[in-house]
Amino acid sequence: MSRQANRGTESKKMSSELFTLTYGALVTQLCKDYENDEDVNKQLDKMGYNIGVRLIEDFLARSNVGKCHDFRETADVIAKVAFKMYLGITPSITNWSPAGDEFSLILENNPLVDFVELPDNHSSLIYSNLLCGVLRGALEMVQMAVEAKFVQDILKGDGVTEIRMRFIRRIEDNLPVGEE
Amino acid sequence: MVDAVLFEFLHTEMVAELWAHDSDLDPGPGGQKTSLLVLEGMGFRVGQALGERLPREMLAFREELDVLKFLCKDLWGAVFQKQMDSLRTNHQGTYVLQDSSFPLLVRMGSGLQYLEEAPKFLAFTCGLLRGTLSTLGIKSLVTASVAALPACKFQVVIQRS
Repeated sequence: MSRQANRGTESKKMSSELFTLTYGALVTQLCKDYENDEDVNKQLDKMGYNIGVRLIEDFLARSNVGKCHDFRETADVIAKVAFKMYLGITPSITNWSPAGDEFSLILENNPLVDFVELPDNHSSLIYSNLLCGVLRGALEMVQMAVEAKFVQDILKGDGVTEIRMRFIRRIEDNLPVGEE
Repeated sequence: MVDAVLFEFLHTEMVAELWAHDSDLDPGPGGQKTSLLVLEGMGFRVGQALGERLPREMLAFREELDVLKFLCKDLWGAVFQKQMDSLRTNHQGTYVLQDSSFPLLVRMGSGLQYLEEAPKFLAFTCGLLRGTLSTLGIKSLVTASVAALPACKFQVVIQRS
């Protein structure tokens, strides 16, 4: 009985590590393919965007969340549902702007960076930049144009990892002329 | 714990990105070959690292066949949430692992339509198998073939020195 339970946990751990290790191998390969950190960051963002626009379907199918009425609800869903479902962590939401159009996600730990140390010659690399692209792509599919960027990073010696989310505008559906 | 579906999404995007990049550098068959080698190499390193992290108790194998069974059950279960459908061997160091519905091919449809694309989606996994085997002390050559999507076969040939 306990052997079965061990197998299940081991399987989940392997599965989790597989993703982290694969992500690490990807970043390493991109650093070889592109000459500078800025280009790697852009590629990670672009790849994240491509993942995000498809991940949102998986999310909506599995999470049963309804439409968000404002950016605060969106923040809650991102932190408490999406991050929990996909990365097994629940970032805290802080630093709301007075206008309610910006907030920060604080990650105490980041599964993407398990086992990772940044070498000295990659100080501009935003290792987890894929995440920003994912957020941007996913939210675009639900009619929100946002900006996501890392403002603190444990990998760079900061105490926490902080992603700043900024609402740019709602993306209106393009309706043909003459229809309501 | 990271959700299993993220690996599939990441893998698909990785294949697309590496393919596009290497095709830019070398549009002919050379570029394609590079991409396959790069993907296989990445899979190998990930497989090695995964193997190193397995707890010792899980690795008490009595013989080579046990290792292959482990790949078919435990590794496949962890990576793809299913087991390999069949494992055959000639008992002389060649093993054929068959998956009738390989998850990384499933999204591409079924039948013969995307046959040419299939190798791109198998290279990383071949490396993964080869890398895990390597950490478990077994040197091998791993190749994959597809007759009709999404079924595929992985052939593991043990290299004895």
